[in-house]
Amino acid sequence: MKKLLVLLLISFVTFGAFANGQGETGTIKIGVAGAHSGDLASYGLPSVKAAELVVEMYNANGGVLGRQIELVIEDDVCKPEVATNTAAKLIGENVVAVIGHICSGATKSALGIYKDENIITVSPSATNPPLTKSGDYPNFFRTIAPDDAQADVEVDFAVNTLGLKKIAVLHDKGDYGKGFAEFCNALLENESGVEVVMFEGIQVGAVDYSAIINKVANSGAEALIFGGYHPEASKLISQMKKKNLDIPFLSDDGVKDDTFIKVAGEYSEGAYATGPVDTTSNPLAIKATEDHIAKYGEEPGAFFLNAYAATLAVINAIEKAGSTDYAAIDAALKSEYVDTPLGKISFDQNGDAIGVGFAIYQVQNGSYVELK
Amino acid sequence: MNLEYFFSLLLGGLTRGSIYALIALGYTMVYGIIKLINFAHGEIYMIGAFTALIIGGALALTGLNPVLIFVIASLAAIIYSAAYGITIEKIAYRPLRNAPRLSALISAIGVSIFLQNYVLLAQTSDFLPFPNLLPSLKFLAPVEHLISTSQFLILVSTTVVMVLLTILIKFTKMGKAMRATSQDKDMAQLVGINVDKVIMVTFLIGSATAALGGVLISSHTGQINFYIGFIAGIKAFVAAVLGGIGSIPGAVLGSFVLGLTESFGTGYISSDYEDAFAFIILVLILIFKPSGLLGRKENEKV
Repeated sequence: MKKLLVLLLISFVTFGAFANGQGETGTIKIGVAGAHSGDLASYGLPSVKAAELVVEMYNANGGVLGRQIELVIEDDVCKPEVATNTAAKLIGENVVAVIGHICSGATKSALGIYKDENIITVSPSATNPPLTKSGDYPNFFRTIAPDDAQADVEVDFAVNTLGLKKIAVLHDKGDYGKGFAEFCNALLENESGVEVVMFEGIQVGAVDYSAIINKVANSGAEALIFGGYHPEASKLISQMKKKNLDIPFLSDDGVKDDTFIKVAGEYSEGAYATGPVDTTSNPLAIKATEDHIAKYGEEPGAFFLNAYAATLAVINAIEKAGSTDYAAIDAALKSEYVDTPLGKISFDQNGDAIGVGFAIYQVQNGSYVELK
Repeated sequence: MNLEYFFSLLLGGLTRGSIYALIALGYTMVYGIIKLINFAHGEIYMIGAFTALIIGGALALTGLNPVLIFVIASLAAIIYSAAYGITIEKIAYRPLRNAPRLSALISAIGVSIFLQNYVLLAQTSDFLPFPNLLPSLKFLAPVEHLISTSQFLILVSTTVVMVLLTILIKFTKMGKAMRATSQDKDMAQLVGINVDKVIMVTFLIGSATAALGGVLISSHTGQINFYIGFIAGIKAFVAAVLGGIGSIPGAVLGSFVLGLTESFGTGYISSDYEDAFAFIILVLILIFKPSGLLGRKENEKV
């Protein structure tokens, strides 16, 4: 009796190991991690819904590699200390890839764990530049442009398209505006023959900006790059134009807002600003949004399209690779293009999406026009 | 040394100083007479700007001459804000006139927050464009790049206001009554001065100049929102303390010192420390001359 029990036990264990080890017959598991509760849930839940919609679509057509896809959804509350547990749980579930995490901090703490286990991770929303640029996380990809991509686009436009040589950089001293200005400054310093004639923070809410405008004029700058939001930008550009200082004004997506044009009026004409590439007319984006409304009865939330694109990219890579092997998926992500609501995308060597990012807009006749 | 740059900073500083002065007058006059820091004063400035925006917007529909619209809108702003000033005094300060000074101060802060939120709800939290009603004047060769129409208007208006105010205080009966009240309120009352009326007139004048400042600065920068009164109010208050609170020439001097410091500080050092310059000057003056530049030293009555 005892021997029989032991035999049974052994057979269970071996069968279990056999099932796990081979894994070709069961479902393909994909993890979805992010804030699904707590105060940042509104950033995480749209990703879950996006992944569900994509997976439903694939499963209805017979899944991928002839197997159904199963989502394993885990909450990290956007907290780095929780995210490590979330990552460990997903690994315990034998996921082949993870859509997530949502916040940069949580993503970073979970990434080390995925890296050790060779699990592909695609975030729809973590914009912190070093996640890809540092090279520390070869398993990491994202379908959103990093914070410094705007500065890249801006500086490239200012130097190569407008041919500017002397540029003044101002910012509003805030995290966002100053960060952007610092990225621009660093990039400009690497360009040969380009000089940053001044780099300063302005006083938000000051009564007027005539002193700083005088200083810009006196510095001999050929253009002004401003990092910050539209209230200061509209004040700056109005005072600049009133002082007959007619040099190009370049800014960021905090300024790519119709309020800027409304407030600065005629003075905003000709101003440049970077903003996310417009994908609202993309048929896949329209379909994804309609599907979301049909299934959940509401408009999709933040990063929905990015998560939708991330899920499509992962499943497409598995399909193209013909296996769930890490190296194969990794290679497929970096070589194969996939149609997503964000346009046709692939990933570069760092893991940043190619084709997702920022475009330059210019105020023309009272509205922002994307410059191709 | 680039002279043109120097003069453009000088003019910029004077412009800013003028705006501070128009607001600081209200602080210093009210303090001079009832020893109250009227923290709702910055909001009067903001309400002045909003009134001009609304009246100007309505008049623009009639197709009047823009300059005429500007004048009417400014007058409306001055009258409306003066009415606000008097009302605030009646509701929030008069009942507390014999209460401890701290109660009136808290009441002032309360009024300030109330007015901000009132305008926020009644209007919007967004920045609104202020119409550009003034024609671009062509200045002569040496100054054409140094000064804009709105700057010129600010400098001229401030000068006119200062002259009128000096005449009012030095040569009129009301001015004499104001000076008497500021010296000793009880004594003034004993000799037959209507102190309530004097205080009312003080609030009226202070609010009117602040409203004028609000209209001028809005047409200079071209935008307003409900929060503009806060920083301008704080800076003007600093200017009033700098010059010696209670002293009218002091407030004007303090405002120009502050405006020029900020302008030259930004121009020759860095705008990163613009606000710091103002407060460094304030601390230095308070250390070496606690009563402010032109302030009188008060003997504490025992």
